[in-house]
Amino acid sequence: MSKPVVATASLAGCFGCHMSVLDIDDRILQLIDLVEFNKSPVDDIKTFTKTCDIGIIEGGCCNSENVENLKEFRKHCKILISLGECAIMGGLPAMRNGIPVKECMEEAYYNCPTIDKNDPKIMPNDDELPMILDRVYPLHEIVKIDYYLPGCPPRADLIWEALVALITGKELSLPYEVLKFD
Amino acid sequence: MLDVIRDVQSETGSVSEEAIVQIAAAMNVSQVDVEGVVTFYHFFSKSPVGKYSVYLNNSAVSFMKGCAAIAKAFEQEAGCAFGKTTADGNIGLFYTSCIGMNDQEPAAIINDVVFTNLTVEKVKEIVAGMKAGKSAKDLVKQFGDGQNQSELVKSMVNNNIHKKGLVLFAPFEAGSAVKKVATMTPDAVVEEMKVSNVRGRGGAGFPTGMKWDFTRKSEGPKRYIVCNADEGEPGTFKDRVILTEMPQMLFEGMAVGGYAIGADEGLLYLRAEYMYLKNYLENVLEKMRKNNQLGKDIAGKKGFNFDIKIQMGAGAYVCGEESALIESAEGKRGQPRNRPPFPAQVGFMGKPTSVNNVETFCCAARIVLEGGAWFAAMGTLQSKGTKLLSVSGDCKKPGIYEIEFGTTVKTLLEECGAMDAVAVQIGGPSGTCIGKKDFGRRICYDDLATGGSIIVMGPKTDILQVVHNFMEFFVEESCGWCVPCRAGNKILTERLEKIMHGKGSATDLTELESWCAIVKSMSRCGLGQTSPNPILTTIQNFRELYEAKIQKGKDYVSEFDFAAAVKESCAVANRKPLSEGH
Amino acid sequence: MADITLTIDGKTCKAKPGQSIVDAAKENGIYIPVLCNYEGLKPAGTCRICTVRVGGRFMAACTTPVGEGMIVESGTPDIEDMRKAIVEMLFVEGNHMCPCCEKSGNCELQALGYRYQMLVPRFPYLWPASQVDASTPKIFLDKNRCVQCLRCVRGAVTPDGKHVFGLLNRGDRTAIAIDHALASKMTDEMAQKAMDSCPVGAILRKEVGYVVPIGMRKFDSKPIGSDIGQ
Ligand SMILES: Cc1cc2nc3c(=O)[nH]c(=O)nc-3n(C[C@H](O)[C@H](O)[C@H](O)COP(=O)(O)O)c2cc1C
Ligand code: SF4
Ligand code: SF4
Ligand code: SF4
Ligand code: SF4
Repeated sequence: MSKPVVATASLAGCFGCHMSVLDIDDRILQLIDLVEFNKSPVDDIKTFTKTCDIGIIEGGCCNSENVENLKEFRKHCKILISLGECAIMGGLPAMRNGIPVKECMEEAYYNCPTIDKNDPKIMPNDDELPMILDRVYPLHEIVKIDYYLPGCPPRADLIWEALVALITGKELSLPYEVLKFD
Repeated sequence: MLDVIRDVQSETGSVSEEAIVQIAAAMNVSQVDVEGVVTFYHFFSKSPVGKYSVYLNNSAVSFMKGCAAIAKAFEQEAGCAFGKTTADGNIGLFYTSCIGMNDQEPAAIINDVVFTNLTVEKVKEIVAGMKAGKSAKDLVKQFGDGQNQSELVKSMVNNNIHKKGLVLFAPFEAGSAVKKVATMTPDAVVEEMKVSNVRGRGGAGFPTGMKWDFTRKSEGPKRYIVCNADEGEPGTFKDRVILTEMPQMLFEGMAVGGYAIGADEGLLYLRAEYMYLKNYLENVLEKMRKNNQLGKDIAGKKGFNFDIKIQMGAGAYVCGEESALIESAEGKRGQPRNRPPFPAQVGFMGKPTSVNNVETFCCAARIVLEGGAWFAAMGTLQSKGTKLLSVSGDCKKPGIYEIEFGTTVKTLLEECGAMDAVAVQIGGPSGTCIGKKDFGRRICYDDLATGGSIIVMGPKTDILQVVHNFMEFFVEESCGWCVPCRAGNKILTERLEKIMHGKGSATDLTELESWCAIVKSMSRCGLGQTSPNPILTTIQNFRELYEAKIQKGKDYVSEFDFAAAVKESCAVANRKPLSEGH
Repeated sequence: MADITLTIDGKTCKAKPGQSIVDAAKENGIYIPVLCNYEGLKPAGTCRICTVRVGGRFMAACTTPVGEGMIVESGTPDIEDMRKAIVEMLFVEGNHMCPCCEKSGNCELQALGYRYQMLVPRFPYLWPASQVDASTPKIFLDKNRCVQCLRCVRGAVTPDGKHVFGLLNRGDRTAIAIDHALASKMTDEMAQKAMDSCPVGAILRKEVGYVVPIGMRKFDSKPIGSDIGQ
């Protein structure tokens, strides 16, 4: 049997979850034996070159690009995993969800402390820029998600256990220490 | 405290921060507690509600009868949106839950005056009158039937009594019940109630004789009789008609209860929506006191002391729940209490209290006069006597029907002129929605129980819309105390909306059903324990309506709307929203 | 008075008359999860997590006194799943950003999430627009995280019997609030007590925080309830 193919992405996340993937220490070598990586910042493959077995996504959706990326992943991956609080519930970026977008944007581009008050006020609006969504969406509000691995970041052991369970078809054990929301 | 706040509200049009500070100081409680009470009830408001505050009923039947057009007319004529007050502070427009006028919808309450059968024309006249500074009472042109015309009521409300039975609407001679009861021992009265097998008419159907027995046997020198005239279940208005036409019988029934359990004080908890009846009822009480039917040594019997006070509510459905009612009567937020202890043990002011429905007390008065056996000869095995039904919705003759227990839904539909009914909501939102196949079933505790609300839905009524209206009602009327009801009903409503918007899957439907069970099982009081019923009973009886809305063959459907999600940010940045995929 | 005998999940238990099912269970080494219940305060029954089944009927174990011969079902799969659902409802009803919450690791709601292995709430997030009330001198009241357990309402009472905290509104808008007049007179001890009794990170003291490092917090390595039993 050929090795399962894995793709990963960071949407509205901080790459902390990816760091946690790397945090499995020397097991990373086993991982490379177990799976083959496709589109992922880990190997810098930018586009899908084949259908993947497992897609792992950190970060929620805060703009149109995130949404497109996410849908790409859903299309190319048989199994999709929400990795980390941001993916599962929006995480820290979602703290803006109670605040109108207008206020957020004005705060960011007009009023924030790092902006020189004497500069002309400019709201970036180039068509190349992603469009900002009205709020940050957890992934499962936009596409079907198969598994969830909470934590910020999820503990490396949790990621490892989950991947191994998924690949080998064994039942996932969840020791108390690995399941955390922070 | 409720009375104080009510006075402030009606005199100044709001309960301002300063007023809260003053009330708190005067009552020696914290400001947050006063604010908690003010913000709990519909008819109290921290912000000004206008010199004229219009409360338009937004219940399901009101919508069936054209509430939407009426609301629009009000907005157009008054020049402000619902939830707001006009710039000059003259008129405020608000929605409120069912006001007990389902047989004459659309209806609204303006400064305690009820306006029924509203049309766009009438709205124009009313708003013109308000702008001209006339008093709300003067805007009533025509008066309703029966006692609605009496000097102290002068209301346009109609009784719409279509069927009279032997218990409630048979002739009643003033003073007869207290006279009769004075010849009996309290034991004998309770015994007679037990023989009659009368069960509470407020919805729960608890045997009244047993309740009185428990209350009577509770320790302590002081006990209370409380009459539940909160009538908040959407679609019920039978207590309104009893209060209008048979107050004497009701009050004598309360005196009978007082005599039986050993209480010398009674409380009529009257919903704020029925404020227009207050003076009239006070007058009846006053007459009764003069005639020795209330007060000391009633009917000449030494030691038969009983008097009745009216406590006004302030707009909250949950206050119909007996322990919430007691909390409210004590001037607090209308949050149900934990039980045990039951009101029969620890009730109003901590004393043993029997809370009974308006109709129940009337039954008691009649039972004393005619005997328990006479009463028990009517009805079915477990449901004796007659029942007042408030029939509304898609039927030709909405109004009051006093039927013998055991009458089939079909018979009732024939009588009220609803032969094309597709669905019937029995017992209000918290009851059951049945379809044609069940029209042969009987109205009684053994089969289809109801506190009196019967809402008929014809072929033109969108049943899911009605379900949604009911769920919004529960979301709004939950007291907020416990998680499954406070959060659960909101969640159920969200999921229902997802399905109604065509964004549901079979999974959504299955989940919705299982979530309903969680809310029912985990909720603290009757409100949460029944609030999922609109969804549950329609999934049971009208599953095809849901099936038609869901996307077949999919186990996941997203509600995400790309265009809507990017709209605002694009507007802010002044750029053209691109469609998905660009 | 004589002891009462009852069974909880098949185990014979002894209890004192008037004792709640929760307390009786605890004394007999059985953990029934609670969130709103708090030692020394009158049970309120707001969270319903302690729901048990007695004679086919559901009731809150914190407000229901034991009865002779009572047969209590508590840890059955269906009840446990409904308890998990309550935890999940609370997570979607508020805005719980655990990663940046000062209470994280010491939070009872979060600990229940761990205990029930909540990976994602089954319910849709409601994203309420809640506020942080930082206007009083001693504490922050973060309504995003309040589970309305009413511990503060019941516990924070002035010597003359006034409530420092209270509920406002009704229905899904029901929210906790603080009495500004009374809060301005709050002592450090009262503030600390209020914070300690709050099961979540809704009441936090100003000018102190994040004192216990990750790994040493209350629920970092020991599940909630593990001190009681099963
Ligand atoms: C949410 C809720 C609302 C209720 N509303 C009413 C009401 O408006 N009128 C009423 O008589 N009973 C109402 N009840 C039932 C009362 O709690 C109580 O059972 C009843 O007043 C007892 O009187 P009865 O035994 O005469 O029926 C309500 C119950 C619940 C749970
Ligand atoms: S969950 Fe935490 S670690 Fe992961 S992307 Fe979000 S903020 Fe970063
Ligand atoms: S079920 Fe609803 S109304 Fe009843 S106590 Fe709970 S929140 Fe309040
Ligand atoms: S209060 Fe508890 S559950 Fe909420 S964010 Fe803080 S740690 Fe998480
Ligand atoms: S602030 Fe804390 S203690 Fe008070 S009700 Fe909310 S969660 Fe409970």
